[in-house]
Amino acid sequence: MSQPVDETSQARDTAQPDLRDFNPRDWAWQPPALTPDYRTSVARSPRLALVPLKNGIGECSSPVFGPGDLGPQDNDLLQNYARPGESPIGERIILYGRVLDENARPVPHTLVELWQANAGGRYRHVNDTYLAPIDPNFGGCGRTLTDAEGWYRFMTVKPGAYPWRNWSEHWRPAHIHLSLFGAGLAQRLITQCYFEGDPLVAKCPIVNAVPGQAARDRLVAKLDLDASLPLDAIAYRFDIVLRGCDATRFESRPEGDG
Amino acid sequence: MTPMADDFKETPSQTAGPFVHIGLAPGAAGFDIYEAELGHDIAGPHAQGERIRVEGIVFDGDGEPIKDVMIEVWQANAQGHYATRGNNLVEQGFRGWGRVIPDFETGEWAFETVKPGGVARHDDRQQAPHMALWLVARGMNVGLHTRLYFDDEAAANAVDPVLHHLKLQGRDHTLIAARRPVGGIATYRFDIHLQGQDETVFFDV
Repeated sequence: MSQPVDETSQARDTAQPDLRDFNPRDWAWQPPALTPDYRTSVARSPRLALVPLKNGIGECSSPVFGPGDLGPQDNDLLQNYARPGESPIGERIILYGRVLDENARPVPHTLVELWQANAGGRYRHVNDTYLAPIDPNFGGCGRTLTDAEGWYRFMTVKPGAYPWRNWSEHWRPAHIHLSLFGAGLAQRLITQCYFEGDPLVAKCPIVNAVPGQAARDRLVAKLDLDASLPLDAIAYRFDIVLRGCDATRFESRPEGDG
Repeated sequence: MTPMADDFKETPSQTAGPFVHIGLAPGAAGFDIYEAELGHDIAGPHAQGERIRVEGIVFDGDGEPIKDVMIEVWQANAQGHYATRGNNLVEQGFRGWGRVIPDFETGEWAFETVKPGGVARHDDRQQAPHMALWLVARGMNVGLHTRLYFDDEAAANAVDPVLHHLKLQGRDHTLIAARRPVGGIATYRFDIHLQGQDETVFFDV
């Protein structure tokens, strides 16, 4: 392994107090780029090792989004594409949870975006040709900002499973894609959330790209009846962890608003 | 590194899949849902500096264009300042961040912005002007970080610590975009190769 490229050298604590060092990514925990059972990864994975890059200002900062960037219904997929008085077909769910960092600190005011297939397993996308129908009342995307304590919440329908071509035909388990920013480019993350009890999860080559069972379990949203809305929607909880900073350095820094 | 319970290890990454545009660029997916999509305007109307265009194709290991890629751009303004929270050193409307979607038929992508300035280090040395690019697509289990540098910044590039390190490995050229005028605007070509002889450098950020 080559030495990290030193962009910032030593002693940046005093010189750049806004810089946050992120913990190195644990590549034994994350999926490798090349996972041959997931066919498309074969031609789309770099062959050479990633070059370590010490975090500088460009890696320790990321775009800032505020309430003015979003609309009032952006986190409600039951309404944000539905015709007046109508709503999408499917099992009404709440997907909620907390965004934390590796030091168990909330990640406040950060953008969370999601997208998914409809209840029949069909995406509203020009390139999706699956024979299940488009739902006229369902767009399939939403976005929100976490609150001061890192909580986020979406209303939506539970997506359907759908078939896809891998080496042979597979079925994707029901899943919702999530995209998160955090406070630095180094924290940028896209993942997928699955649902507790779905037998397709263990058979999915994309899930199984993640090497360890403990890590794969972290991708499964848990049924949470206590958070359900009576006579309305059933809740699933999905907590998300972004990379953290070294705890002692973090504590020594005044906490901003995100 | 501090030992951590599994509960507080980073959530595993999963591929963005072929339909990433639904969530992050619904207009490209074929529908209009948000009042304003994010990431359409990187520099904003008031940014100083040279207006430039960047174009390219992302190629897979078979030499085929990756037509469903999504690229995010993150850059400083012409004076080398990032639009971080509370930063009043950037022009009004300058976010320095954007999303780039290729033509689904050809894989060609392009975006317009301003050329970034060199970013200062704590010791007053400069990094050469560059942009951070982050790529996600079907088949990529984890997003890929790379950087774009400019071929008309030879003096700055020569002393940039990242490029210097890569030059020793004979790989610096994969990050340097080539400038040429196209239709009256300075255009930089930046093809990205996931594999092969000119495999682009990707960083463990």
